Amino acid sequence: MPAASRPAKKTARPSSRELVFGDLWEFDPAPETADPKLKTKCDLFIHGQFVKPSAGKYFDSINPATETKLADIALATNTDVDLAYRSARKAYDSVWGRMPGAERGKYLFRIARLLQDHAREFAIAETLDGGKPIKESRDFDVPMAAAHFFYHAGWADKLEYVSPGRSVKPLGVVGQVIPWNFPLLMLAWKLAPALAMGNTVVIKPAETTSITALKFGEILQEAELPPGVVNIVSGAGETGAAVMGHPAAAKIAFTGSTEVGKIIMRSVAGTDKKVTMELGGKAANIVFDDAPLDQAVEGIVNGIFFNQGHVCCAGSRLLVQESITDAVLTKLKRRIEVLRVGDPMDKNTDLGAINSKEQLNKITELVESGVREGAELYQSPCRLPSKGFFFKPSVFSNVSMSHRVAREEIFGPVLSVLTFRTVDEAIEKANNTAYGLSAGVWTDKGSRILKMSTELKAGVVWANTYNKFDPTSPFGGYKESGFGREGGRQGLIDYCREE
Amino acid sequence: MSRLPITKTPKCYVGGAFIRSESGRVAPLHDARGAFFANIPQCTRKDLRNAVEAAAKAGPGWAKRSAYNRGQILYRLAEMMEARSAELAEAIQIGGSTKADANHEVASSIERLIHYAGWTDKYEQLLGNVNPVASPHFNFTVTEPMGIIGVLTPEEAPLLALITLIAPAITCGNTVIALASESQPYPAIVLGEMLATSDLPGGVVNLLTGQRSELVPTFASHTHLRAISGVANADERKEIRLAAADSVKRVNLRKAEDPTDWPSPKLQGLSAIRELIEFKTTWHPIGA
Amino acid sequence: MSAAPQALRRLLSEIGTVDQVGIEERVAKYTTRSIKKKSKLFGLNLAVSMVDLTTLEGKDTPGKVASLCQKALLPHDQGDVPTVAAVCVYPAMVKHAAKYVKGTPVRIASVATAFPSGQAPLKTRLAEVRAAVADGADEIDMVINRGAFLSGQFSLMQDEIAQVVEACGNATLKVILETSELETYDNIRAASFLAMRVIRPGDFIKTSTGKTSSNATLGNNQVMLDAIRDFFLETGTAIAMKPAGGIRTAKQALHFLIAVKETLGDEWLNNQRYRFGASSLLNDLLRQLEKERTGAYQAPYYFSEAAEAY
Repeated sequence: MPAASRPAKKTARPSSRELVFGDLWEFDPAPETADPKLKTKCDLFIHGQFVKPSAGKYFDSINPATETKLADIALATNTDVDLAYRSARKAYDSVWGRMPGAERGKYLFRIARLLQDHAREFAIAETLDGGKPIKESRDFDVPMAAAHFFYHAGWADKLEYVSPGRSVKPLGVVGQVIPWNFPLLMLAWKLAPALAMGNTVVIKPAETTSITALKFGEILQEAELPPGVVNIVSGAGETGAAVMGHPAAAKIAFTGSTEVGKIIMRSVAGTDKKVTMELGGKAANIVFDDAPLDQAVEGIVNGIFFNQGHVCCAGSRLLVQESITDAVLTKLKRRIEVLRVGDPMDKNTDLGAINSKEQLNKITELVESGVREGAELYQSPCRLPSKGFFFKPSVFSNVSMSHRVAREEIFGPVLSVLTFRTVDEAIEKANNTAYGLSAGVWTDKGSRILKMSTELKAGVVWANTYNKFDPTSPFGGYKESGFGREGGRQGLIDYCREE
Repeated sequence: MSRLPITKTPKCYVGGAFIRSESGRVAPLHDARGAFFANIPQCTRKDLRNAVEAAAKAGPGWAKRSAYNRGQILYRLAEMMEARSAELAEAIQIGGSTKADANHEVASSIERLIHYAGWTDKYEQLLGNVNPVASPHFNFTVTEPMGIIGVLTPEEAPLLALITLIAPAITCGNTVIALASESQPYPAIVLGEMLATSDLPGGVVNLLTGQRSELVPTFASHTHLRAISGVANADERKEIRLAAADSVKRVNLRKAEDPTDWPSPKLQGLSAIRELIEFKTTWHPIGA
Repeated sequence: MSAAPQALRRLLSEIGTVDQVGIEERVAKYTTRSIKKKSKLFGLNLAVSMVDLTTLEGKDTPGKVASLCQKALLPHDQGDVPTVAAVCVYPAMVKHAAKYVKGTPVRIASVATAFPSGQAPLKTRLAEVRAAVADGADEIDMVINRGAFLSGQFSLMQDEIAQVVEACGNATLKVILETSELETYDNIRAASFLAMRVIRPGDFIKTSTGKTSSNATLGNNQVMLDAIRDFFLETGTAIAMKPAGGIRTAKQALHFLIAVKETLGDEWLNNQRYRFGASSLLNDLLRQLEKERTGAYQAPYYFSEAAEAY
């Protein structure tokens, strides 16, 4: 224990001007230990029941932090998907499509409340299955999922206000495919507006993260949602193609990579299906020399390391004004030094596991390309667990616009730093991408914020903040980041037809 | 001795100038009685490319015009059309419309423009809004133009359909490349002359004539076009949506096989504008 | 004063500004850290060793100070609990405290300079400092001239601090910014820099007197830690930090220490570089230490109540 003694000034020790982030006060493991009540065998959720897949096939879902198997997940075939669509169609025709909005809303309110009741279980399940830190699933994913149901519940009986001057009607059955980065939250983003509007749904979670989606079926049962209103079918690409391509789908909604989005768009080209796409991004996070630097650095960290960088709107391209590049990089590295990487179940973990071996390989490959192309790599000095899929928080400096790490979506904890001198140069570099999902701006000058916000070709602009989400706030992209919005009044429009 | 009349060489209005096709090709246009009327430029994919360049140049300036100014310019265009409504009606009659129908189509077209002239400074108030997020941030959603819109007009209603499809796009600051009715291109030629005398900046609206089958593939695949709107048959729709996937282009097409009641007020208004804008949401902390 | 905005703007353009919402989001993350077992014991003991056990009341008596000193020297009779860093009293009480703690590891801190308002002639304030030092104060907690700061008279504010530094002699100085009266984080950052530029290595900047509506918060603590870090990296001079007032629970204290750990690192995790100005905090730290030692939750009456100055 340090005892009181004469102040340090008396020793007049010359300072090295370096801060020491050592192990003087190391945190003990603080694992989350509650029971997530996981099934070892997860069946499909069709017509209000958990049913075995028709072909009897299952695939493994593993914990990416330990590489151990968590559960058998049912593999839905075309037959199962067809069954799900028939159930959804029946539910639409007989119950959900004709139910008064106020009643539909009450079901959604129930779902929101039940999710809150089971929040801890879902958070743990999400972290075990997907690798994200428990503090994120606990403080962000699950509460935000509940909030989305709560927000949209209130819309169900107010739909005449969605589109001024027009009356809106549901579309029918909607097919949805969601990604693995926010499994439960993306499910909520997709289901809540579709259901509020009076559609019924067939939804497919991502192959590596099906557990919380299928567990959500239990919530629907507890809420006594009429059978068939929501059908959850698990599987890989083939199942996804069946969900997107089914002739009964009046509308399809997809969140995932731009590459797969394009494939889906082509696959439904000859149909009348309505389509919305929430695809990839390569967001510029732009820091001007008058920005509040510590908060900017916090925003940079939050922008690229939130959820291990598995975020379509991640601030993966840092654009720093030349005069402050060194200052920002120094502060950034110092901040990265105190990020805790490791066991996602530990409440103190800031960065958890990479979602899958496949994704880890992709990140590794892109980082190698960055080194080969001459960018300068900095990685956190943290120690990684010996098992599981982990990647050190990484920053590339001296990156040029032509480098792959500046152009391709890495979807991992890898930041590329570029510089600019003037406002126009920042805008040009930020917009020089086929993507247009999000952007960040850091400056103390109000009029510059509005100028940047106007000029940046992106669906979401975070000014002096980053990676903020809210059910009331529309989210979605420009250009090849997709079309359609999720959240807010604007998000509802995509789930209706107008009369 | 009677004076030899001067015949007009129809040209397309592209980038604020009157062009012949770069290919030099023309196709004869006959009136409803089968008499030769004029040679119509047969635009090519290169003409489309040039039009996109012109639109790209004009786009940022047009989008930055104030809503009030855009409204005045649309109104001015309506004034130009009103003053030359007889000429427009005659152009429509070449395709076989009766005089009364042609007059009606011109009147409807002008009314439609007036309708949109009044929308320029209002749609934002209805489509955008402030979002009450649960954190200490000011959060608002505004609309922005998509960019360059490809417009495929139907064969019928050669003026009214054209106006119906162009007007909402430019109301909200987009630029347009429109392909005129293949069988009735002349009203688009005349409209181009009126656009040239309106205050609409060159390049904001570009009108091409020619063969649909030649041009549709380029409309579909040109990655700088951010959206395709208009009317298409089943094959075209599939072709367009296939190619549009490559650049995640927005496609909003009516079916050519379903009859469209072009004068219907249901075809105009806020929803038509909404199909041609992007929503942008901005967050900012509230603090001192 | 028309000079105020320009002077502040010039200073801020040099040292940078603070975004309120951003910094509050940052510090909220400290509160989600989960400190268990050995790391909790270490943190609690560290916090005890950093306490400036304080009584600052009009009704203070030599007797009250005596019991405070005894508590400081032996916070609890069970376990291996360190002594606190210092007792903090009014100048008139310094000589009474000296009787008990002189020659022990516990130092005597005295508020001075017409605490808490500072609204006395400079001469009076300096005389008060000299008197406290003469009576045995090892440390002086002064208040800045907030009026001078807010009216943009930065050099006046700094001159006064410099004169207090001189009056301190060998005593350590703690400069109280009184953050609640500065209102904004920008002002707190600016005042931190102005103070750090005239005090000595090892001197402190301190949040509050504890006598206004709001005191130490994780937010203003963070602004000042960031300022200390930036100043250290720029000049090599290590300034110490003391949040004061409003920190009542062991849990809060751990949050503040996590902020230190993640902002300034190991070299600030000692009582020469970080203190807590608090009265009731000590008892909660002791309760939690006893709970860790015995495994049973502790009733408050097992711990002698310290002064409730804040």
